[in-house]
This record gives sequence, C-alpha cells and structure tokens, in this order.
Amino acid sequence: MSRPVICCDRLGVTLGGMKVLDDLSITVNEGDYLAVLGPNGGGKTTLLRVILGLEKPSSGAVTVFGEPPGSTPGRLGYVPQRLFFDRDFPISVNEVVLMGRLPKRKLMRRYNREDRKKADEVIETVGLSRLKHNRIGTLSGGELQRTLIARALAGDPELLLLDEPTASVDPDMKTTIYDLLDVLKERHTIVLVTHDTGTVGRNVSRVACLNCTLGMQGPAAAFGPESLAGLYRHPVEVVLHNHPGRDTHEPNDHHA
Amino acid sequence: MPDILHFEFMRNALLAAILSSVACGIIGSYVVVRKIGSISGGIAHTAFGGIGLGYYLGINPLLGVIPFSLLAAIGIGLLTRKAKVAEDTAIGAFWATGMAVGVILIGLTPGYAPNLFSYLFGNILTVPASDLRLILLLDILIGGLCWLFSKELLAVSFDEEYARVSGLKTLALDLLMLSLIALTVVIMVRVVGIVMVIALLTIPAAVARIFSRTLPGMMALAVALSVVFNFAGLWLSWVFDVASGATVILVAALVFMFAGLWSAIAGRKRN
Repeated sequence: MSRPVICCDRLGVTLGGMKVLDDLSITVNEGDYLAVLGPNGGGKTTLLRVILGLEKPSSGAVTVFGEPPGSTPGRLGYVPQRLFFDRDFPISVNEVVLMGRLPKRKLMRRYNREDRKKADEVIETVGLSRLKHNRIGTLSGGELQRTLIARALAGDPELLLLDEPTASVDPDMKTTIYDLLDVLKERHTIVLVTHDTGTVGRNVSRVACLNCTLGMQGPAAAFGPESLAGLYRHPVEVVLHNHPGRDTHEPNDHHA
Repeated sequence: MPDILHFEFMRNALLAAILSSVACGIIGSYVVVRKIGSISGGIAHTAFGGIGLGYYLGINPLLGVIPFSLLAAIGIGLLTRKAKVAEDTAIGAFWATGMAVGVILIGLTPGYAPNLFSYLFGNILTVPASDLRLILLLDILIGGLCWLFSKELLAVSFDEEYARVSGLKTLALDLLMLSLIALTVVIMVRVVGIVMVIALLTIPAAVARIFSRTLPGMMALAVALSVVFNFAGLWLSWVFDVASGATVILVAALVFMFAGLWSAIAGRKRN
C-alpha cells in the first residue's frame, strides 16, 4: 500500500458562522488521482484551501505529507480558479510559470538557469512554447488554464491540487486539459475539484462526493449515474472521455 | 530653453524631477497593478503630521515626514490585514488624524510657518541641494529593495494567495511595499506636494501599463513618462509663470486622458 499524502480526520470548517465542512474523513494516498465532486457550496474549494493552509480547520485534524498544512510548499502544486486575478496584469506566460519556482529559491535570490530550464520544460509539456512571451491578457481561457497548470508543475511537486480547471473553458480545450492530467497522473498524486461530472471516468482513480460532509467515496468504476444522481438529487450524466474504444459504458459525447 | 539652465535652482529642479521620477515610476507601477492608489493617498496625507512635527521641532520637515508616512503605511497595513478593519475606514482614519496632528503642531509652533504651501502643493524650484541628497539616498534604497525582492513583489502583486501557498511571508512583503510607498511620498513632497503625490504615483504608471508587456518594462516607461511630465510641466510653468507642481499634474492628466482615449479606440478595433 502506498503511503498517505493527505489525511483529513473528522475535519470541520466553519466560515462566517456557516458550517462548510463537517466531519470529513478522507485519505489521499501517493499515486491517487482523486476527483472531488459535489454541488456548488458543497465545500470542495474549502477543502483545497484547508489542504493548502489558507483556511484553518475549526475541528478535526489535517496533515499533508505528515505535516500541518502550509508547511511543505515545495511539495505541492496548486492550480487556482483562474478568475481571481487581473487579466490585464503586465506579465508574460513565462514569468507566471517561473513563479512556480518560488518555493525552490530563497528570498532575494534571482531565478537561475535551472529555473528557466524547468519553466521551458513545463511550458513545453502543456503545449504553450509558441506563446511563452505573450502577455497573459492575450491568452484564451484554455491557454491561461494551461499556463496555471505549468506554474504548478514548475516546482516539481509531488501533489497537484486543481480547483475547477475546466470552468469556463471550451469543450475541445477541456479534453486537452484532461488528456494532460492523464499524462501527469503517472508521476503525480492529483486532487481535482470539479463540478464537471464529465470527468468522472476510468482516468480518475477515485471519486469523492462532497456535500458538506463526504457523501461517498470509492474507486471511479463504482460510480454510476444513479449514485451521483442521489448526491445531486437530479440525473447526472457520467461520461468517460477520450477512450471510446475501451469504454464499458455507452460512450457519451460530452461535447454535446 | 537652455538659457533657463543657467540658474542653479533650475538645474536643481531638473535633477529633482529626474530623481523623483525614478522612485515614482517604480513604486507607481506597483501601486497601479495592485490598485492601492487610495492607500497611497492616505499615506501621503497622513504625512502632513510629519511636516507639522518638522516645523515644531525646527528640523527639516522632510525628516518629519519619514516616520509619519512609515507609521501610516504600517498602521494601515496592519489594521486592514490583521484587525480586519475595512480598508477605506483605515485610510480615512489615518488621513484625517495625520492632517489634524499637522495642523495642531504648526499652530503650536511660534511665529509664521514659512513655505508651508510648498509642502502641500510642491515647489520643485525651491529644492535645496541637501534635499537632493536625501532624495538620491531614498532612491537608492527604494530601487535596491525593489531589485532584491523583485520576484517576491511580483508574486504578491500578481497573485497574493499563490505567493502565500508558495511559502512567502505575504504580510511582511505587503508591509515592505507600503513602506516603500511611504518613502516615495517623502521624495514626492518636494516636487508636487502632499496633496498631489497620488497623481504622480498613478498617472505615469497607468499610461505605461497600456503599452507594456512586463512589469519591469512598465516601470522603465513610467519613469521616462514621469521625467517627461515633470520637464514639460516645469517648462510650461516657467513660460506662463504658474505653480510648477500643479502644472506637472495637469500635463500628466492631459496625457492620461489621450492615452485612455487611444486605448479605448484601439480596444474597440481589436474586439
């Protein structure tokens, strides 16, 4: 059995008097590709923020790599929802990606050749070499999202945390991003927060459904439309993407 | 125009324009991309207390401005980030308190307060050589710190949360940036005065932003623009015999207006 990366033990979080997470216990092991699903306001983003050390639990305990959250910045890569910064900021793709090297470089030191090499490498990985020097304001939603993924990868993280990486990205680009994650899961532990049920499929190794507390969790294969529908209280389309030939379910077209 | 260079005060004025532009282009760029113009205005006005202190103690008012503006920077920074006071409330409280302290101290100072007007609205033509040395020193300090912390300051400016996740001490970096603004205010007081500092901190950088792809590029262009605004304002104030600081601001505002129009038109074409 691989070692645990994230352990949440009866985690509770209260924000502004509202119970956002309650009695949540979940363990993410090395090599997992966990999709955290759930309705809006179900606490998905809060869970990520607790893991990152941005939000303090009000009860229960969380450890990341066996340490309190926030104390191992160099070992995790974070892809935030892209809506929270200024798209007009005068900064290039390359400079954003270099920020991923922050935990590796001491205060007051410049980025060195190794940092630039690594940045080039991950920009290549996400397929943005052509746009390396473009200002981020000129990118499409999908290109910007890939820039943020590259930034997270630049620090050589063991754990990748992604918050709604496909929100407001066009369908073709969604596929590209998920294909990229399929490659990345070989070398990284991944936690993906999404309400895009189109991702639930064989590529994700486990699924957790979050609605304040853990609705259910298990291997992805155990999840059918019925169980998700129970969580959302309306029918949910479960889609397996990009491997139509090997699908056991009826392949649906999630572009529709 | 060269004939006006025969006067020492004019050479000092041009030197002050160049030196102050360095700080205001660099720091102004941070102010604009972080949208903290109103905090900067608060720091500048609080600094009036320092001018009062300078008069009261009979020292160079600029030396009184340094502790007051730094106190305002740290105070507003801590109140908003630690005590969760709304930013505009903290700014308003410091702004008015600083001015009140200044008014009281000037009132307590026996006799008449000479040149008070020049600290409020600037008078680049009366910058003494000793102030030029102080400005140069502050320039070196501000430029040096910005260079040392360039990657950290860029990170907190662009995406503060990500900077924090990356292990940066974002509160300390924020306070550093506010302190740098405070020192820039000290420099600008001589040139445009406390009341108009905010215009030179924001307008050159705001115009530069339209034409820049990176933050260092924006800073360089903002410095250049600030020099141009200062020279043009100074020259026009000489020609029309009007207040130099106010003329510099009006030149900057005019260019800002045209740049805004240009970018609106260019933006419409692009879409």
